[in-house]
Amino acid sequence: MPITDIPRPLGKKLQDGRSFFPSGVADGGAGRVRLVPGIEPPILADVRLRINGTEHQLTIDTRTSLLDLLREHLDLTGAKKGCDHGQCGACTILIDGRRANACLALAVAHNGAEIVSVEGLADGDILHPLQRAFIEHDAFQCGYCTPGQLCSAVGMLDEVRDGWPSAVTPLLAAEGEIELTAAEIRERMNGNLCRCGAYANIVPAIGDAAA
Amino acid sequence: MSVTVTGAIGAAVDRVEGRAKVTGQAKYAYEYRQDAVAYAAILQSTVAKGAVRTVEAASVLELPGVHAVLWHDNAPRLHEVSDGELEVLQSDRVSYRGQIIGAVIADSYETARQAERLVRIEYAQEPHDVLLRADHPKLYTPEKVNPNYPAVTEDGDFDSAFAAAEVKIDCTYETPAEHNNPMEPHATLAIWEENGVTLFDSNQGVVNVKTTVARAFGLEPDQVRVVSPHVGGGFGSKGTPRPHVILAVMAAQALGRPVKLAVTRQQMFALTGYRTPTIQRMRLGADRDGRLTAIGHEAILQSSTVREFAEQAALPSRMMYEAPHRRTTHRLARLDVPTPSWMRAPGETPGMYALESAMDELAIAGGIDPIELRVRNDPEVDPETGHRFSSRNLVACLREGAERFGWNSRDSRPGVHREGRWLIGTGVAASTYPARRQPSSARASYEPDHGYKIQIAAADIGTGARTALTQIAADALEVPVEEVEVQIGDSSFPEAFLAGGSMGNSSWGSAVVKACRELRARMAEEGSEVPLWVEVDTKAEAAAASAEPLAKHGFGAQFIEARVDVDTGEVHVPRALGVFAVGRIINPKTARSQFIGGMTMGIGMALHEESLIDLEFGDYLNHDLAGYHVPTNPDIEQLEAIWLEEDDPHVNPMGAKGIGEIGIVGTAAAVANAVHHATGIRVRDLPIRPDKLVGAVPRGNR
Amino acid sequence: MRPFRFERATDAQQAVALLGDAPDARYLGGGTNLVDLMRLGVETPGTLIDVTRLVGYDRIDEGDDGGLRIGAAVRNSDLAADPRVRERYPVLAEAVLHGASGQLRNLATVGGNLLQRTRCAYFTDVTKPCNKRALGTGCPAREGRHHNHAIFGHSEHCVATHPSDMAVALAALGATVHALGPAGARTIPIPGFYRLPEDAPHRDTLLEPGELITAVELGPPPGRQTRQRYRKVRERRSFAFALASVAAVLDLESSGTVSDVRIALGGVAHMPWRATRAEVALRGAPVTPERATEAAQAELEYAQPLRDNSYKVELAHNLIAATLMELAA
Repeated sequence: MPITDIPRPLGKKLQDGRSFFPSGVADGGAGRVRLVPGIEPPILADVRLRINGTEHQLTIDTRTSLLDLLREHLDLTGAKKGCDHGQCGACTILIDGRRANACLALAVAHNGAEIVSVEGLADGDILHPLQRAFIEHDAFQCGYCTPGQLCSAVGMLDEVRDGWPSAVTPLLAAEGEIELTAAEIRERMNGNLCRCGAYANIVPAIGDAAA
Repeated sequence: MSVTVTGAIGAAVDRVEGRAKVTGQAKYAYEYRQDAVAYAAILQSTVAKGAVRTVEAASVLELPGVHAVLWHDNAPRLHEVSDGELEVLQSDRVSYRGQIIGAVIADSYETARQAERLVRIEYAQEPHDVLLRADHPKLYTPEKVNPNYPAVTEDGDFDSAFAAAEVKIDCTYETPAEHNNPMEPHATLAIWEENGVTLFDSNQGVVNVKTTVARAFGLEPDQVRVVSPHVGGGFGSKGTPRPHVILAVMAAQALGRPVKLAVTRQQMFALTGYRTPTIQRMRLGADRDGRLTAIGHEAILQSSTVREFAEQAALPSRMMYEAPHRRTTHRLARLDVPTPSWMRAPGETPGMYALESAMDELAIAGGIDPIELRVRNDPEVDPETGHRFSSRNLVACLREGAERFGWNSRDSRPGVHREGRWLIGTGVAASTYPARRQPSSARASYEPDHGYKIQIAAADIGTGARTALTQIAADALEVPVEEVEVQIGDSSFPEAFLAGGSMGNSSWGSAVVKACRELRARMAEEGSEVPLWVEVDTKAEAAAASAEPLAKHGFGAQFIEARVDVDTGEVHVPRALGVFAVGRIINPKTARSQFIGGMTMGIGMALHEESLIDLEFGDYLNHDLAGYHVPTNPDIEQLEAIWLEEDDPHVNPMGAKGIGEIGIVGTAAAVANAVHHATGIRVRDLPIRPDKLVGAVPRGNR
Repeated sequence: MRPFRFERATDAQQAVALLGDAPDARYLGGGTNLVDLMRLGVETPGTLIDVTRLVGYDRIDEGDDGGLRIGAAVRNSDLAADPRVRERYPVLAEAVLHGASGQLRNLATVGGNLLQRTRCAYFTDVTKPCNKRALGTGCPAREGRHHNHAIFGHSEHCVATHPSDMAVALAALGATVHALGPAGARTIPIPGFYRLPEDAPHRDTLLEPGELITAVELGPPPGRQTRQRYRKVRERRSFAFALASVAAVLDLESSGTVSDVRIALGGVAHMPWRATRAEVALRGAPVTPERATEAAQAELEYAQPLRDNSYKVELAHNLIAATLMELAA
């Protein structure tokens, strides 16, 4: 969108998006400052992450989720915050190749991980087959759940390739190829809510992309 | 008058912002980057009625990174606010649990959320009253119902006609409070500067937000700019500015820094509107041939003590079916609850659940096929006004749907079709939604090097409006869609009506058509070598359209197959079909998404959704997406929407009726009717959860 | 959320020692429940000790008897996909797959799943009283909204249910929890691992302060004639907690006579509820519709529904009877 004249911000300009805290407030160690009960300053930690192929080293509040790290610290706002409690799936990303809720994943607990968010799915200008299929099938309306749906679908199809069963897989005990029926796609995509109600388009979109 | 068709209208064009949305590049309100941004966290009341006595903020301000605690004592005074919900921090009064009573502003999101829990607040608590009941002593009849209809209508002599009816039903239906729950929580990024304020905000209409904020803060309208190119759903809840918008601006003003504020999912259950619970008594009387003689629809609804919002639940009973004797009423109780507001098809959604359930019950009582009953009572003219319908194809929708769904081979006896552990039934219900329009303005411009550009302060909350307007403009300009860029979601663009009442495309498209035609006329005169632009409004056209003595509505028919587990009462919906007649379809791809999206929400309403009011504490208890169940992917199986060709030149130059809401209207009744057909059990209080069906199947039959 | 120190333990002894040094510390698994509760203010640890990378605890090892020892850090999704689990203990794989979502199961660990807290809406809202969260403040669910609460074993202090699906299957399979604490290692059989609320609902399990779950052990797999099934009823098709669920393990002789049966219920009590009365009623004769119903009745006649959840009595009854019939068919 051509929003060229975004207003100039006021207030003191910080050096970069990461140095949010006055220096010397927290040392992350045992000598923690405790002013009044409950009045505890943030504790910082260093994390190193490979995100969509790029190395990032950041000093962050230990409380920072991977979701907030992406969105607030790296301006990677593709992963969405819909509930912040693992109940909607809009934040779904791939952590070391597996789909996961970025809102419940503390960044410090995933130090060293390889992260792929929706921004990392396309190969340059060439869209991922799932991205193309979502456009073709109109598998979204408002688009807010879409990045999570896409990352979830990428991870889900890998799980199917690896032979992981779902709650609707017949003959659970039998190893072998999973037949990717509509029922399988639906059940495996259960963690990605879409309030616009695009499920009836999401399922064929995924089916087409997987074929 | 209709648009010259060059082929864009009616084409299944991919969503123009589709690529931006699937690559994560589409920015939503909270995602605009601002240096030195501060984070605000909302403080909510923990009593449902009373006054805030003290706010103990001193110790919290010692927390490094916390800059301010706002509450009624230190908050800026607002200038002019017409909505009681927006009088944020203007007094110590608490009118419902979860109301905004303060805010904490800090350098980081984590610190703001930490500090939010550390502020100690004392209240003078008063007893609250939060339960809507049919015998509530405070029930009264409002002057008007949303948006501006009479609350009561009486035609003929309902009481005598109902008493004398040969076949009749008298049933009460209840729907619970339901929350819109768009996937993107309401959010505002406010930047206060010397000359005014800029908001990146998630809303259904930038003009409303601009006007409201300007008035509240004593600014000129052009000192407020609202930017909202992408909005993650709204379903009515972002149709008017919510209190957090005022709070965000206040915080930015107080701090002199940009402030970001996102309402949390939990907070949305108190702060961003919801559908009122309803108690609706339906009385239908008919002769032996199934011709309605009396229709009575009496709706009981709630509102808050801060603002009157009266949902027009009985409205559809004024125009759906022919009957000489009719009564519709609305009564409200003002309770100590958050103010209910618009949620997808307010009025029609709960009202048609009641009416279309009652029609099913009447059909059974009279031994008539439910489709036949509706056909027999399809009116020639609008029973309310006597006006002709600009177009009305309900009967055709019912017939087409019946054919495709296999209705005609249906055994009408309930509870007789069983496969294994499943009882199977089918149900039908009608849909309707008014086709209205509002004045809007638009600018169309041409630059030799950049082609055509349309600017309009419209909103695309997922409706496909940006795409549809591109197609409308392309046809009006007689150029391919690729040559047109449509820019929306910015209050610096020409003023437009909000995305609500299914009036978006109708209102905006009319302005776009007019602007494009004028631009073409100018280009015919002045050539295409120089930049040109025109700006138009449609006040005159919209007024003329409203004054026409015609009843303008879309119609549809919904067919549902329901399966009910004999042991557990679980309900599955393996098949859903919607057939609609809504004028011309601008874009079959995005239109279908609107229909199936509405039907999906309707299945949620039928089977899952209920906001539980907590009597002891006064709030909606299940205030998150784990407690409030919206449909998830496995809940939706075969679901299809189709439409009939319908030529209606009266609604607007495109001949297109609004389609954003009609999809949810009738779905819940169709599900309830199908569940009855499957089991013989009539559930008259939504949602139809297992607890209402388990044990209803006699053990001997299992 | 309260600021916390973050420590990563590489072996279990070190984790236990770290926690001993910081009494307000908590062990962190996948975080799918703990981080959720911290954000709500329900949990306020000053230190998190990450136990997801304890060396050797992310494996499923096979015993000589064919039993399995499942490391506490094994992710839920890996547990459900493990061919040995699917073949020998399908009820466990089914139960895990009926819980949460694909992406949550990828984060959640076995140890964390066992220790997840109730989803009672009063428990998760720190602005309201709750004995489980703040002992002595009261239980508003008892007289409030409780259509999704317990029908067995509740007390005047708490009517919450345990949310885990996996634990219900483990209860039916007679699994054993291995724990390590300051006082050393010990084993605790499920369901004895869990407790009823009584007057101390703040305690969900018999774990002592500082104890860390290190593994879950499954005994020798049931014989080939054994049939297993997990069935769960929810308010929507998927991605919701149970209104009621049943895990059943049925051993039939070739004649059809029940040689052994184990039934556990979820969503009906403060812990996975072993339906031992139903089990007793079934042993020694074939499963018929009448006997399945009688067995269900034998259990459910001891149910104590609350004002608004008596439907769960019927639901649990039907689930038991229908699942038995399905397994015996």
